[in-house]
Amino acid sequence: MELENLRFGTELLKRGFAKMQKGGVIMDVTSPEQAVIAEEAGAVAVMALHAVPADIRKMGGVARMADPAVIESIIEAMTIPVMAKARIGHFVEAQILEALGVDMVDESEVLTPADEFHIEKTKFTIPFVCGARNLGEACRRIKEGAAMIRTKGEAGTGDVSQAVLHMRMIQGQIRSLKGMDDLQLMKVAREIEADLDLVVECARMQRLPVVNFAAGGVATPADAALMMQLGADGVFVGSGIFKSENPAAMATAIVEAVHHYDEPELLARVSKGLGAAMKGLDAATIPEAEALQTRGW
Amino acid sequence: MLCIGVIALQGDVSEHVLAMQRALQGRGEVLEVRRPGQMAQCDGLVLPGGESTTICRQLESSGMAEELQRAAWSGVPILATCAGLVLVSKRIEGDGKVRPLGLMDIKIGRNAFGSQRESFEADLEVQGLEQPYRAVFIRAPAIVEVGEGVQVLARVGEAVVAARQKSILALAFHPELTSDMRFHQIFLKMLEA
Repeated sequence: MELENLRFGTELLKRGFAKMQKGGVIMDVTSPEQAVIAEEAGAVAVMALHAVPADIRKMGGVARMADPAVIESIIEAMTIPVMAKARIGHFVEAQILEALGVDMVDESEVLTPADEFHIEKTKFTIPFVCGARNLGEACRRIKEGAAMIRTKGEAGTGDVSQAVLHMRMIQGQIRSLKGMDDLQLMKVAREIEADLDLVVECARMQRLPVVNFAAGGVATPADAALMMQLGADGVFVGSGIFKSENPAAMATAIVEAVHHYDEPELLARVSKGLGAAMKGLDAATIPEAEALQTRGW
Repeated sequence: MLCIGVIALQGDVSEHVLAMQRALQGRGEVLEVRRPGQMAQCDGLVLPGGESTTICRQLESSGMAEELQRAAWSGVPILATCAGLVLVSKRIEGDGKVRPLGLMDIKIGRNAFGSQRESFEADLEVQGLEQPYRAVFIRAPAIVEVGEGVQVLARVGEAVVAARQKSILALAFHPELTSDMRFHQIFLKMLEA
C-alpha cells in the first residue's frame, strides 16, 4: 500500500468518527488542566472552550470561537479527540479550527450566530456536530453535512428538561414515520422542511442515520443515565462538571452512569457523595429572547 | 450454535453486532458483553473501536480485564479493531494513559497517522486475500514492532495495520463499517480451528 493512494474526509470517515464516540461522555474544558481531569475520568473526547456555557450566559456580549492558543494547548495535552465550537454559519472559524488540527467542529448555538445560513459542512475534511430540537432541524443539519447530531437542550442551565424535550421530540417524530407510504413521507418532509431521502431513511432505520447525542443541561449522573435511557447514543456535559463542587468525582461518576445507564443500583452507588452539582437555572424562567436553543433554524 | 460476544463498554458496538450477524449468516448469535460473567458463554470475542483510554478504564473498573485475559490465554479467538488493537498489545509508545492487556506480542503507536483530518480510506493488499481490501482508518493506531510468532497481514507504508498471533486477529481499521466481510470470515475460520 502506497501512502499517496489515501482518501481523506469521506462521509464514511466523518460518520465513522462519530460512531467511535458512542456510549461515551464528551466534556467541556477550558484549559489543559481541566482536559487532563476529563481524560483521566474516562471522557471519550473533550470540547475546548474559552468559557463553559454557564459563564458565557453570565458574561453576555458576543460569544466567539475560543483562542487558538488555548485550543492548541489542549490538543497537545490530549490523546483523546479534541472538539471545538464555531459560531453558526461562521465557516472561517471552522476553517481555522480545521487548520489547528481539531478532530470535530461543533457548530454551536452556545456562541453568537454569524449568519442565517449554517456552514456547508460537506466542504470540510473534518466532521461536524450540530444541535437540533426536532427531526426537521436534524435532517437539515445532516443534509448540510453534519456527521453527528446532539439535542440542543438549554446550555449552561444545568436543567435537563429541554434536552429531554428535544430527545423525545426527535424519537417521537421518527416513530410516527413507521408504516407511512411514500406520499405520506413526502408530506412530512415538506411540513418539517427536511430532505425527502433523509426522512425515508429515518423511517426505514427507525433512527437518525448519524449518531445522536444528548446535550444542554446535563448536570448529574442521573441526568446522563436519563438521556441514555431515552435513546441517546452518548452525552455531552458542558458546565455540569467544572461548575460542580468536585469536578474529578463528578466526571468519573457521569462516565460510569453512561456506561451503566440501565443499572439503578450502580447508579445509586456512583451518585453518592459527589458534593454539590452546579447550581443551575430553571430553563422555564429564561425569557425567550435569551434562550440559546432558538438560535439556528 | 456459535456465540460471539462483542465487548460493549464503549464504541461502535451496534455496528460490530450487525456486521458479525451478517458474517454468521444464521450460524450463530451475537451477544453484547456488558457485565462480568457473560464472557464465559462466548466462543469468540470482539474488542470494538472506540476510545482506548475509556474502554481500558471500564475494563479495569468492571473487572472484565482479567476475565478477557483468561479467555485469551485459554485460546478463545479475539477480533480486535482500532482501540481493540491498542488494548490487546503488549506495549504502547509514549504516554502510559492506556494499560494494555498484553495478549499479543506487538508494540503500538496510538493515533499513528495523526488527528481526524488525517483519517483515511485505502485499498490494502492483504496477505491471503486475492483482491484489495478497502479499509477505513479513523485516528488509527499502527503496529510499530512485531515479536516472534506474529504474522503480518497488511501494511500502509511501513506501518503494520493487520496482524495475527495464534487466536488473535488485530486490525488498525474498521471492518465493521464496510460491507466487505472477508476479515470477519478469516476470524470465523479461526473459531473452527
